[in-house]
Amino acid sequence: MRKNNFIGKRLAKMDAPEKINGQAAYINDITVPNMLYGKIKRSEHAHAIIKNIDISQASKLPGVKTILTRETNPAPDFRIGFIQDNPPIKHDKVRQFRDEVAAVAATDPEIAAAACALIKVDYEPLPGVFDPIAAAQEDAPLIHEFDFRGNPIKNNTLPVRWQISDGDLEFYRRKSKYIVSGTYKTGWAHHCCLGTAGIIAEFDYQKNLKVQMPTQIPFLVQNDLNKLLNALGLKNKNTRVISPTIGGAFGNKLDTHCYEYIAVILAFMAGRAVKIMFDREEEFIGMAPRQPTIIKMTQGCDENGLLTFREAEAILDNGAYTSWGATVPSVMYVPMTSLYRVPAVDFKATCVYTNNIFSQAFRGYGNPQATFAIESSMDELALKAGIDPLEMRLLNANRANETTPMGLKISSCGLKECIETVKEKLDWDKPRPQNRGVGLACLTHVGGGARIYKSDGHGMILKMDDFGKVSIMTGAVEIGQGSETSIAQTVAEIIGIMPDDITVIRHDTAICPWDVGTHASRQMFLSCKAAILCASEAKAKILEFAATFMEDEIRKQNRKNENFADDLLPLLHDAANLTIDLRRVFLKDYPERTDYAATIDTILRRGHFQGGKSGEMVITHAFYEPDTEMMHPKTSKGNISETYAFATHGVEVEVDPETGKVDIINFVAAHDIGKAINPMIVEGQIYGGVMQGVGYALMEEMLLDKGKILNPDFLDYKIPTTMDTFPLDIAMIETLDPHGPFGAKGIGEVGIIPVAPAIANAIADAVGIRLRDLPFTCEKVLAAVKNKAE
Amino acid sequence: MIKISFILNGDRVETWVKEHEMLLDVLRSNFNLQGTREGCGMGECGACTVLVNGAGINSCLFPALEIDGKIVETIESLADKGKFHPLQQAFLDHGASQCGFCTPGMIMSAKAFIDDYPTAPETVTEAEIKQALAGNLCRCTGYFQIIAAVKAAMKEQV
Ligand code: FES
Ligand code: FES
Repeated sequence: MRKNNFIGKRLAKMDAPEKINGQAAYINDITVPNMLYGKIKRSEHAHAIIKNIDISQASKLPGVKTILTRETNPAPDFRIGFIQDNPPIKHDKVRQFRDEVAAVAATDPEIAAAACALIKVDYEPLPGVFDPIAAAQEDAPLIHEFDFRGNPIKNNTLPVRWQISDGDLEFYRRKSKYIVSGTYKTGWAHHCCLGTAGIIAEFDYQKNLKVQMPTQIPFLVQNDLNKLLNALGLKNKNTRVISPTIGGAFGNKLDTHCYEYIAVILAFMAGRAVKIMFDREEEFIGMAPRQPTIIKMTQGCDENGLLTFREAEAILDNGAYTSWGATVPSVMYVPMTSLYRVPAVDFKATCVYTNNIFSQAFRGYGNPQATFAIESSMDELALKAGIDPLEMRLLNANRANETTPMGLKISSCGLKECIETVKEKLDWDKPRPQNRGVGLACLTHVGGGARIYKSDGHGMILKMDDFGKVSIMTGAVEIGQGSETSIAQTVAEIIGIMPDDITVIRHDTAICPWDVGTHASRQMFLSCKAAILCASEAKAKILEFAATFMEDEIRKQNRKNENFADDLLPLLHDAANLTIDLRRVFLKDYPERTDYAATIDTILRRGHFQGGKSGEMVITHAFYEPDTEMMHPKTSKGNISETYAFATHGVEVEVDPETGKVDIINFVAAHDIGKAINPMIVEGQIYGGVMQGVGYALMEEMLLDKGKILNPDFLDYKIPTTMDTFPLDIAMIETLDPHGPFGAKGIGEVGIIPVAPAIANAIADAVGIRLRDLPFTCEKVLAAVKNKAE
Repeated sequence: MIKISFILNGDRVETWVKEHEMLLDVLRSNFNLQGTREGCGMGECGACTVLVNGAGINSCLFPALEIDGKIVETIESLADKGKFHPLQQAFLDHGASQCGFCTPGMIMSAKAFIDDYPTAPETVTEAEIKQALAGNLCRCTGYFQIIAAVKAAMKEQV
């Protein structure tokens, strides 16, 4: 085997040139001829009956073309959401502040906004409930009276039960020498994509729909919007989804949202294209954030510090409707059952409707919340048992070739190396000055797809032209994470051409084959697996051409070469003797014989243009479906991913006891990444994830007062800036996973996961306070420090 | 509508603007220079940063009328006949752009900082770079590769 040309190399991202040059077109930059602008009128109450909607003034405004309300809605029974509880335009009640009550399409965005202001809505306010524990009580105000089938609903607890357990909990509880219990709380965190959301919807003359919208899930959008077309009476019509360049996603583009359906309905009603574009405030209000959780966690260990059991119960504030936020317990299962070797586990989660905003997927999908509880509790347990928290983790670290209580098959595991790396790089045992401390936290997460849907597959088409250039049509979505570049590196490596030879075509459901979407850190893993299949087949085909045409070609090339020795000519007729590298086809065992090499395009043209005989071209395709299992419907167990990622974050902090400010002095992120296909991209994902984690740990929180968002702007919702950076050392541990493409694991989400508990543990080490409630703002830290002093 | 005239990316231009129109909208709508992004429209994110008489400003808050007679540079002015500016090249080489939405504003802030740097560029410190970019939010990169890119551009190329 020759050395890798491109795998493991720090190639610049293919999508970067147009981004650094200002040429990339985001949804903000796109218009279509004769387009209207849509605007949504939102609820002014958290919970109220809609008595009357008066559009008489609004409809008189010049430029207003269409007004959508419950009275004019052409699809009144249509609902969205995980359990179909959310009508895009509300009819009987509003259940949260941002509820969509009406929408206008007008010739100008200002007219549309003015018309929304002129729509008069009469409400009859209802008592609201804003705390999930209160909302779960019998006498709490009911958020939904009926389910989507029309059956009455008796209480606010969602009819989805999340539960997983394994091992004899009571037996192991009795065997425990030390047990700790604590309740850990997390709030709403917003994705804060720098590019705000938007959509352009238009119908063609056949009444097929075309939408341009940033999304992580083009093919699920197609499915969702085709259902809307059905509800609009457009049977057998199709949706073409095209995603422009995406200005950040992190999970908030993993579902379809009311505003997208509203744009389509407005376009249908107006018979013209409609664009809805969010500004920053509407992005904060209209997009669903990370799910808030309350997790009660109990863990035990024996006298040596070996974990005996883990019991946890989570309550999730579901908000008023269900998006993916309601399903994050499914991902919490992974760390809850499988982070460290635990003989007995029991985890339950309940989602409760409230009149708060509902939530969505966000990088890590519940894992950051779960890991915050597990890893904070681990330190509390270590403290109680009198064991060094790092040594305790080493003792309990997962190992390769084991199956976890959830049934996850760990095919490779570098957790021990990750912990040891943190120990060394952070100089763990060194004595530290007052108010300084170190903490660490680990993680495990899916790293080889995630079989949440019945298919976790990835489709790809490869076509080569007469010049040896390749087009890849992929279902992958590029949200800036670099999947496109990884695909090109893979294809170039396998075929033996250059990454420059490859054009990646994506984000269009009419051209690209199906993929379930960019989520669960799966895109690079599955796309590269499919790319390996496509490229290997393409290479085999080229070599087959070569076996047929090489002799003729080599004779031709050497016509004037007097020194040409024809001794090797017979070898050319067997494809097994040939290979390709750097765009040249040659004899594998005689790479130095340049007189026996032909360029790949020459061979391709010979295969294509055959005169009398029928020509052939190299076109291959693959649908890679990972070898994984759905979670069992009863036990929730199953090997949902082909491999699992592990990591350890270690952090040194300094806490100012006068102000409560937490400064990060040093941060080590040691990750088992399998293999870095492009180390620069891998580091980028980890850097970005860690920084989001720091925001989550120290500053980010959406503040709600009776369901109303109080801080929908960057002035009041702080995210980290350059001033919050710190020395961050990334260690990439290459475990070469047997299932991964070139050994790689998915790492898109993991950077964010253990940051908050690592910081919590470091704060505890520095000043002896245990914070169980995110984020650790200066006020909270100061209060805890004062409290301890008293 | 009021007519203004200014130098835009090296060319003298004239255009009509509304009284309270912001420079960002004029650049994007009147001149089709869409590389200047709107991330917040409220002066809080820096995605709309352009240079006015060499200084980085948030064009979303900068009244277009005040541009009359001034010099404006946008991201589109950086590459020279298809060759990237050293800062752009450094962003490429360091993976400093992910979704890319913040990138033009980030690069323009960095350019203002570099152009105005009082001593030899290679003496730059990380703290100075952080300070210079503190008004530009990025949600993807965590800033590390951006800071490294600016530093590299100053140490090696500019
Ligand atoms: S768009 Fe101007 S600062 Fe955000
Ligand atoms: S690269 Fe996405 S916001 Fe900076």
